[in-house]
Amino acid sequence: MVAGAPFRSGAGAAAVLNAAAPLGILAAPVALLMIAGEFDLSIGSTLGAAGMTLLLLTQHFGWPLWAALLCALLIAGGIGLANGWLVVRTRLPSFLVTLGTMYVVRGLTVALSRLLTGRTQLSGLDTTPGFDVIRPVLAADLGPVAVAVAWWLILTAAAEWLLRRTRFGNWIFAAGGAPEAAREAGVPVARVKVTLFVATSLAAAFVAFLQAARFGGTDALRGEGQEFRAIVAAVIGGTLLAGGYGSAVGALMGALVFGMVQQGIVITGIDADWFLVVLGTLLVAAVLFNDWVRRHAEAGR
Amino acid sequence: MSPGAPGAPVAPPVLALERATMRFGGVVALDDVSMELSEGRVTCLLGENGAGKSTVIAILSGVLRPSAGRVLLDGAPVALGSPRDARARGIATVYQNLALVPLMSVWRNFFLGQEPVTGRGPLRRLDARRCRSESRDALSTMGILMEDVNRPVGALSGGERQAIAIARALHFGARVLILDEPTAALGVRQAELVLQQVQHARERGAAVLLVTHNPAHALRAGDDFVVLRRGRLAARLAGATVEQLAGLMAGEG
Repeated sequence: MVAGAPFRSGAGAAAVLNAAAPLGILAAPVALLMIAGEFDLSIGSTLGAAGMTLLLLTQHFGWPLWAALLCALLIAGGIGLANGWLVVRTRLPSFLVTLGTMYVVRGLTVALSRLLTGRTQLSGLDTTPGFDVIRPVLAADLGPVAVAVAWWLILTAAAEWLLRRTRFGNWIFAAGGAPEAAREAGVPVARVKVTLFVATSLAAAFVAFLQAARFGGTDALRGEGQEFRAIVAAVIGGTLLAGGYGSAVGALMGALVFGMVQQGIVITGIDADWFLVVLGTLLVAAVLFNDWVRRHAEAGR
Repeated sequence: MSPGAPGAPVAPPVLALERATMRFGGVVALDDVSMELSEGRVTCLLGENGAGKSTVIAILSGVLRPSAGRVLLDGAPVALGSPRDARARGIATVYQNLALVPLMSVWRNFFLGQEPVTGRGPLRRLDARRCRSESRDALSTMGILMEDVNRPVGALSGGERQAIAIARALHFGARVLILDEPTAALGVRQAELVLQQVQHARERGAAVLLVTHNPAHALRAGDDFVVLRRGRLAARLAGATVEQLAGLMAGEG
């Protein structure tokens, strides 16, 4: 490891965790959705939309904070529902459907915030009445790390438990591994998929809230590229692109690798452009490795 | 207990097809065919490709409704509305694709869609211990000893997979077991394993319909033989030789 020393220091480790947490919160449900055989490329846009909704409603329209949070959650859930419904109904590849939603939602977010306020960046959330109530939940620090890190761990544990220990988890594996066989066995494949599309969207809204609370504001472009990073984190963590296999804990590891590479490059002073090179290489290596593991699992031991 | 015991009242066949005809537009896929499946007996349905075997399976498993004729369950006419309806009435069909998920473990596959749960409220969870032990037991009563039911199904042999599908159907209460060409893609040893499964199913009292185009496999496992040729009943026999069956299938009978 090039940057061994800085990682061993407390501050370095905290920086890695803080950088990885938002991505990790997205990557856990994204991994579940991928195991069920679908992609969601719209979560980055949903993240931007949820954050902007929160700021627009509180700052521009003067809504109370709780109502704005609820409304942003509903909008995000609605986007997830629309994605899921379109994918299940049209049987088009979710890659294409959510690529469409990604553009539509991002376009709407930028256009509406410009139309309403003339700007694409809004701030002032931290002075909104009621902010003190949500600050400990969304923007507090737990020692050296942000509260987001705790949420990341909790949500990953919950996702892993859901996947391994519940009926729904069994259905997730089956929906992605062999949808026809799953349907024949009575698994409500469509319901499983729609639920997971809603879950990824809600996770995106939650990350939007965490970041808006931390920074006191948001940008209509926030979340751009996060959809791909979440997929990369899941794949690095062992989730198959083709579905049917993977884990939430793996996605946590993937997000951690992301944070380490990112912070490692920051700490060692290497030009950040190399970040993408390392990332792309890691991704291809992970896909090859996953495929090898899958063939091994199917061929014996 | 044995169905043929003297003095015992003769039970009607568990499942019967009565003068069934199936037309698709102008094409007659099945023409006035009758057959019966009885408790603890293996009925073999033989025929070349296109003889009407698939149509019989589709009717008995609730996929198709016959254009004419009836399906009788325990002697009473029944309308099988869907495969799910048929399954609920104890008619299980094991297709060649087996409805198994290769990357999932044996026990997860065994209980897929019918998972037992334990705990309450948000802690309601899979009863994994029960799944493991019950799937292991169910397989062992079928003569398959599988210590490690955590293995992915994809890692098993074709015969073992077929056995899991059969054991699963019986475990969930199937009285009628329809097997669609279970030995078609298998080698000699694997086919033998599947034919043993058929015997186990019969011993447990299931009415088995073994659909095949291999007369040797049929004779090895079957009690009754129904031969179809171009949608028509060519023969119903209680015993036969390989040459006789092959001849009937080809149209020399």
